Amino acid sequence: MLEKALYGDKKYWSLVFILGGFILLGLFFYLKQYNTGLTITGLGRDVSWGFYIAQLTFLVGVAASAVMVVLPYYLHNFKVFGKITILGEFLAISSVTMCMLFVVVDLGQPFRMLNMFLHPSLNSVLFWDSVVLSVYLLLNLIIGWTLLGAERKGIAPPRWVKPIILLSIPWAISIHTVTAFLYCGLAARPFWMTAVLAPRFLASAFAAGPALLILFSFILKKYTKFDAGKEAVQKLAMIATYAMLANIFFILMEIFTAFYSNIPEHIDHFKFLFVGLQGNTLMVPWMWASSILAVIAALLLVIPKSRNNTTTLGIACVAVFLSIWIDKGMGMIVAGFTPSPLHVVVDYWPTWPELFISIGIYAIGLLMITGLYKIALSVRGEA
Amino acid sequence: MGIDRRKFIKYAGLTTVAGILGKNPIDALADDEIAVSSEPLKPIVGKRWAMVVDLKKCRQKEGCHDCIDACHHIHNVPDFDNPKDEVKWIWKDHFKHAFVEQEHEYISDEVKHTEILLLCNHCDDAPCVRVCPTQATWKRDDGIVMMDMHRCIGCRYCLVACPYGSRSFNWRDPRPFIKETDPDFPTRMRGVVEKCNFCAERLAKGQMPACVEVCSEGCLVFGDLEDPESEVRELLRSNFTIRRKPGLGTKPEVYYIV
Repeated sequence: MLEKALYGDKKYWSLVFILGGFILLGLFFYLKQYNTGLTITGLGRDVSWGFYIAQLTFLVGVAASAVMVVLPYYLHNFKVFGKITILGEFLAISSVTMCMLFVVVDLGQPFRMLNMFLHPSLNSVLFWDSVVLSVYLLLNLIIGWTLLGAERKGIAPPRWVKPIILLSIPWAISIHTVTAFLYCGLAARPFWMTAVLAPRFLASAFAAGPALLILFSFILKKYTKFDAGKEAVQKLAMIATYAMLANIFFILMEIFTAFYSNIPEHIDHFKFLFVGLQGNTLMVPWMWASSILAVIAALLLVIPKSRNNTTTLGIACVAVFLSIWIDKGMGMIVAGFTPSPLHVVVDYWPTWPELFISIGIYAIGLLMITGLYKIALSVRGEA
Repeated sequence: MGIDRRKFIKYAGLTTVAGILGKNPIDALADDEIAVSSEPLKPIVGKRWAMVVDLKKCRQKEGCHDCIDACHHIHNVPDFDNPKDEVKWIWKDHFKHAFVEQEHEYISDEVKHTEILLLCNHCDDAPCVRVCPTQATWKRDDGIVMMDMHRCIGCRYCLVACPYGSRSFNWRDPRPFIKETDPDFPTRMRGVVEKCNFCAERLAKGQMPACVEVCSEGCLVFGDLEDPESEVRELLRSNFTIRRKPGLGTKPEVYYIV
């Protein structure tokens, strides 16, 4: 089936080459980082994880959100999702791949990576995170490929794939839970030490992922013969609505707990994000933008009229995606380090090389999505 | 585990030396000429190492950084002269940073203005050891939290988990920034984490930690907590001491007399 990604029109190839260009640019900067060390990033002694790990966190959510189409389709036999389920699974495959790449570029000694499996440390959440992510990638590869292969031959999928699909449902929940556990079990970092972190991660993932799928189905409808169907899009929009409301609810819970208890070490991180701390206001405009986008998205999604309208739904989905990307992909990780355990505020901002390496990884993910979607649509004669 | 590795390195080293001298390594081991010293080294052993920092004494000699210099020299700690890339094993910081939750507006000038010596606490229940995905950092039976710079993959999860900021990462190649390389201790490469090791390599040779040895005021006392007669136990008995962030349950093994 892979060969189907090799035949396409001019538009398809232009997209492939543009993404390829960004990948090469990212690779160039990665080689530079590999040769000089992580000093070329904005990271340092006090803010030791930043943009890379934040993207990992965000993308684990996108990967996990595939469960929002897989679960209704396979568990509740919700036929409307028949056409987009494969899109969800392929989105998961490319997101998990991006997650893994973001871990690799963050390592000081990437060639020693396999030490994680040669000397496994069962008490390290990072070890478990790499285990659940690898298995999730494998599950989705097997499921997506088997189902699409069966569809191509016009036969029913083999029966052995059903238990794998069922396993992938709790597994999707597990990848984002374990990713939250990376952070929420650390006594040193009060900002992350909250039991609501994993639920909050899942809620924001189940809003951002379906929002992205809606946007993808709009794009595919415009440029290909694919049509997810109005009902499928509306159901996804409903899922994104409830998840976004749950996400906002969880954030408000965090703010109440921190500010009513009045414990400085919990409050300071929120101050850093929303009003600035010790003169550092780098995150303030971004976090307010994220909050305003969240409110706009919630309103557009909750009001039936704007949810049913393609244009306003599109705007709502972009707002959901951007709001959650800023929250998880920018604020969440850096705020955990600011202030530091010694109560020092150190400025962190990603450098150009760091950004280009990240853009390169996103380009790899988008290239995978482009190729995989091309294959899926070609099999169905909808390319 | 640490002992095995040390033995291995020792024998590997001897084999190499023998190889250079063109002798059969087995013979070389038995040969008096090759023996490192006529007197066998007597390592200092303990059951649970701890340190007491007497800030009352330390304050007497303001601006002194003999211990920092000694440690950073013998351990080949680079000096980058910028806080972002900084690597440090032992350093000084203000009370409000060292004891964040103890700070208040009316604290005595004496405490407010003098800097406090900070280093790895060699916690009994070390979060860095718990989170390391490769067991590159581990705890010895005598309580020293060790670091294997050859196994470390540079994920920096330990930096994230340490509540004391005691760990440093080599953001770039440290070697050009070492003022004077001490051949007795390995230099590091970029991309790995390092920290204070309570001078495990010196204890093995029967020497006290460098910071303790060099301090002319006797502010630093190192000893075995399990030995009721030890000097650290005597100091803990006769003084009021505090530890950094005891509420986190890490059980730090560096005690301060304020």
